[in-house]
Amino acid sequence: MSQLIATHLGVSFGEKTVLDGLSVSFDAAQVTAVVGPNGAGKSTLLMALAGLRAPDRGHVSVDGADIYSLPARDRAQRMGFPAQTPEIAWGVDVRTLVGLGRTPRIGSRGLTAADDEIVTQALAATDVTAFADRNVLTLSGGERGRALIARALAGEPKWLLADEPLTGLDPGFQLDIASLFRGMTARGCGVIVTLHDLHMALRMADRVLVLGEGRVLADGAPQEALSPETLMRAYGVEARTWPGAAGPVIEIVGRRG
Amino acid sequence: MRTIPRALLIGGLLVLLVLLVLASLSAGKVWIPWSDWFGAADDMRSMIIFDLRLPRTVLGIIVGVGLGISGAAMQGYTRNPLADPGILGVSSMAAFGAVATLYLGAASSMPWLLPAGAMIGAVGGIAMLLVLSGATSSVLTFILAGMILNTVATAGVSLALNLAPTPWAVNEIIHWLLGSLADRSVDEVRMALPFVLIGSALVLTLARPLDALTLGETGARSLGIDLTRTRWILAFGVGLAVGASVAVTGMIGFVGLVTPHLLRPFVSARPGALLVPSALAGAVIVLAGDVIVRILPSTVELKLSVAMAAVGAPFFLALLINLRRKAA
Ligand SMILES: Nc1ncnc2c1ncn2[C@@H]1O[C@H](COP(=O)(O)OP(=O)(O)O)[C@@H](O)[C@H]1O
Ligand SMILES: [Mg+2]
Repeated sequence: MSQLIATHLGVSFGEKTVLDGLSVSFDAAQVTAVVGPNGAGKSTLLMALAGLRAPDRGHVSVDGADIYSLPARDRAQRMGFPAQTPEIAWGVDVRTLVGLGRTPRIGSRGLTAADDEIVTQALAATDVTAFADRNVLTLSGGERGRALIARALAGEPKWLLADEPLTGLDPGFQLDIASLFRGMTARGCGVIVTLHDLHMALRMADRVLVLGEGRVLADGAPQEALSPETLMRAYGVEARTWPGAAGPVIEIVGRRG
Repeated sequence: MRTIPRALLIGGLLVLLVLLVLASLSAGKVWIPWSDWFGAADDMRSMIIFDLRLPRTVLGIIVGVGLGISGAAMQGYTRNPLADPGILGVSSMAAFGAVATLYLGAASSMPWLLPAGAMIGAVGGIAMLLVLSGATSSVLTFILAGMILNTVATAGVSLALNLAPTPWAVNEIIHWLLGSLADRSVDEVRMALPFVLIGSALVLTLARPLDALTLGETGARSLGIDLTRTRWILAFGVGLAVGASVAVTGMIGFVGLVTPHLLRPFVSARPGALLVPSALAGAVIVLAGDVIVRILPSTVELKLSVAMAAVGAPFFLALLINLRRKAA
């Protein structure tokens, strides 16, 4: 089974240490949610794991190979990365955008019928088929977010590293994307997502990683990792867990003090 | 979206190009209809067509292809719809190289020295560009390096004008700087063709990376694009194509900027799909401009660059009005 391992990751911006010797390993076929306060280093961690930002210290390896030594195309075939705030320079149509996801697979040749079929499936999987011919720049934030997930799916990655993929999605689509990720793990893909919605983390993840002050504050099954003590430490809020109709619910009672 | 089949777009541009080649061979101070081209008893007429107008036409196509494809590549790379191949500074370095030979007065005795000087300027410019922007892959440092080159080259040209020994030399430099296809021969064609061909071929290999850059630099890297390699190929490709164009015609603005801009809607904005159509349309625009310059009833032939600049302003005005209407 594919493994993604980060060892002693350190990232600093000037004086500020964002990741401080963080070690963590991921197994494929799981959804891991990374949570933590603003500026905890979630996006930085994801970029480092995706092979897109070499850490100042430490290593990232995928299936035993150092990710920063892999050829760019090889790395891109393994790692799918729909960025958190993607710039989209040109008003291409959604199908073309999703087709870009095939880039690491096709090299310099054009898209074949087989590629088109994969693109069509990716469009359908994220429910963007209806506006496949629209200009991406005219889409709403949530629609665009789904199109970008479709783009990552089209590359058939072994790992999907999604930075806040649920931000801007309505509750219905949040559940759809959650079950899409679940479906990907069933096919052996490892999914790592950063989330702000703790409730969704409880609901969709197999494992939750809580980041704070550049380190791992908690790591484990969702309900254990998101314990009231950890939430107090990470966010400075008082929280309680209730049994809800569809599993446990986290209620934020108030700010500390 | 308003996209048309690619074959239709390219076919249409090719038809336009053929028509303009016919017009370019026929038009000028003496109009020679194509029925008179061959077997004409008149030696003078066939000389005009084959010794004067044919090289001029071929050169127009070469230069148009080089400028069009380079403009498309630069706009795709910088993700700026108003970028121009000149922003890399290589064309001004080529101009500086040419002006230096004029300044030294060497070009009059050895005419090949001027384009050679321009090519040395262009290649030197490419080398400096790559050294200045270093091993980083950032688009911004690349553009900044281009700005430095542009500034240095402009200063060099100004210095040459300032220190020019005679008013006649100043005149010659200014004349050369205003790009034109007039009085060019097979020699210029031979000089420019290989560089523009190699440069364009290099740029054509960048279709995928340019497409991927639609998603920004991080997006392109996440798709497995090696941005450092992209930058090297771009510097050599655009540098050779634009440098060679400047070497044989002087500075011709506007073509590289406007051509991709006009075609973008027809290829659903994909930068990679824009390269070949822009090459063809660049040739169309340069030839059209050159035909117009030749049939204008003026005693002194207007320089091509001047004509291009003259259509440039209304074009940008139309663009601005269009944008304001959309924004309103
Ligand atoms: N390029 C950068 N330069 C300086 N500081 C940065 C840069 N990128 C991120 N940071 C800082 O690093 C910290 C972690 O950022 P990030 O990983 O984006 O946090 P998160 O995604 O958890 O909100 C923040 O304090 C942020 O301001
Ligand atoms: Mg973030």
